[in-house]
Amino acid sequence: MAQRSGASILQRFEALPIIVVFVLLLLLFMYRAPEVFLAPYIYTTFLSTLPPLILLATGLTFVIGAGEIDLSFPSIIAFSGFVFAVLFKEYDLGWIAVLAGLASGILVGFLNGLIIAKVGIPSFMTTLGTQFFWAGMATVLSGGKSYALRGAEQSSVWQWIVGRPFAGSTVIWLQQVSIQALWTAIIVGFLWLILTRHRFGEHVLFIGDSNDVSRVVGIDVDREKIKIFTLMGFLAACAAIMLTLENKNFFGNQGQGYLLTAIASVLIGGTSIFGGQATILGTVFGCFIIGMVEAGLVAAGLTGAWVRTVQGLIFLVAIIFYLYADEPQRRRALIANLRSFGRFGGIRTSEQGGVRR
Amino acid sequence: MTPTDDFASIVRLEGVQKYFGAVHALRDINLSIGRNEIVGLIGDNGAGKSTLIKVMTGVLEPTAGRILIRDREIQPGEFSVRMAHDLSIETVYQDKSLAEKQPLWRNFFVGRQITNRFGFIDIKREKEVARKILLETIGFRGVGITVDSTVANLSGGERQGIAIGRAMHYNADLIVLDEPTAALGVAEVRKVVEFVRRIKQSGRACIYIEHNLAHVHEVADRLVVLDRGRVVSQISPKDMTVPELTEYLIALQHNA
Repeated sequence: MAQRSGASILQRFEALPIIVVFVLLLLLFMYRAPEVFLAPYIYTTFLSTLPPLILLATGLTFVIGAGEIDLSFPSIIAFSGFVFAVLFKEYDLGWIAVLAGLASGILVGFLNGLIIAKVGIPSFMTTLGTQFFWAGMATVLSGGKSYALRGAEQSSVWQWIVGRPFAGSTVIWLQQVSIQALWTAIIVGFLWLILTRHRFGEHVLFIGDSNDVSRVVGIDVDREKIKIFTLMGFLAACAAIMLTLENKNFFGNQGQGYLLTAIASVLIGGTSIFGGQATILGTVFGCFIIGMVEAGLVAAGLTGAWVRTVQGLIFLVAIIFYLYADEPQRRRALIANLRSFGRFGGIRTSEQGGVRR
Repeated sequence: MTPTDDFASIVRLEGVQKYFGAVHALRDINLSIGRNEIVGLIGDNGAGKSTLIKVMTGVLEPTAGRILIRDREIQPGEFSVRMAHDLSIETVYQDKSLAEKQPLWRNFFVGRQITNRFGFIDIKREKEVARKILLETIGFRGVGITVDSTVANLSGGERQGIAIGRAMHYNADLIVLDEPTAALGVAEVRKVVEFVRRIKQSGRACIYIEHNLAHVHEVADRLVVLDRGRVVSQISPKDMTVPELTEYLIALQHNA
């Protein structure tokens, strides 16, 4: 009955299992591919490539923690990326393009929330629909074109959002340190505070636990759900702008690769697929693992096609692990099943009810 | 609207009617709940017990009739669960009062967190008060339950205790219990009955909906019998034993 007296180890140290897995994986990769993982460049590359994934996964941590799902964020990356790119390039609007890009993401997220909370359509269906709608919209409006943002690095927008603050340094790896890592750390740190210590974060977890209980205790469930999806839209727009600027290019499919990786990062990190339990720290380490596996497999000489396969496998193993770690009754049922399976195998021990001689 | 101390009945219903479409769920209900009394609400399935408490606690709007809280009339349109909370009426539902995966301290304060002006929760203070509720109001000592325990690890009776304790902490003048002993074992039922006694000892009123006549007979000061949407009688438990009460309820069914 040790469980009763307080939180279990899994609950007391946020994201402990995933941090252990991360360290083990890192050591494994350092051992298998030292020329890549013992040099600084892979890590400076992560600083510029991981922020969009981390922002998306952090937003999804709120969404999944509330027992919902958002499948539409890849299309927000396309749509907000388009709004930003066209205003930045064709109309030369600079920071106004940034604001417009963010506003478009907030709008799409708000509409998602409105349909889910007020019309009452499950988020899975709603965002599946809006995913196609906004991705289609981006393609129609852009005419299927991509926008190359040549010379963007001269602008203050580029300098401030994805710039290289130490570009003048004599140390090569320091030159490559990108500023979006800092912005991402600030946003994610702030949202960690919100989830663990703010009234809104508590409401998110209670809604994920049970909509009925939340209503009875006086939470305005509809309004909080709209806020959650609006936040997701905002973060997807941030990711879109960073991605577009970092690549100095906009193309319609730029968000599609993130659908599995972002959801996988959240669930690998330990956020419950059933809602009610969410950890941003776990999500961030989940993103590290997803990013590291990608780099590590390529460094180990496997083709890109393997990366998706392995990521899918890690994703499945992680959710099955958490399912049994968090729910003792499922674990007991599994063990009981394995035992009875053993009995069919003909191996009897007295413990399993065999005859003692 | 702030609660006042100067009132005769905490809730009074006058001529309350409730229709669901063509179904006449409540017929001309006149009922008053005084201070410091435990009122048992009994009747067969479909008699209108749940509908009645939902009207009383702001979940449902009556079709007609007057609701008076602390002797002041409430406009039916403006009555809500939140307003009921503000007026010190708390409801403990059988299985949807607590969130399973959350720690007790969060469950005590959710919806009315102690926060700074930016909405950040004062976790230290909340845990401190939660510890006090657990030890003093509810009286959980040495049973291995702390403010960090998650609800999922508690038994049914302990959950009822936590939910009732939360309601008492918020100084509710009226606590509505919706079948608190349904699906509980014998020992657990004893605990809940103890909690109901505590409500009365602390000078509050309680409406207790119960299927099991023995439980409600044991603690109630007054039994209100509902049948097909009507209050058919109000009985003092002293005047009727449990077997007599059972006979009476069965007779009601046959007098259709």
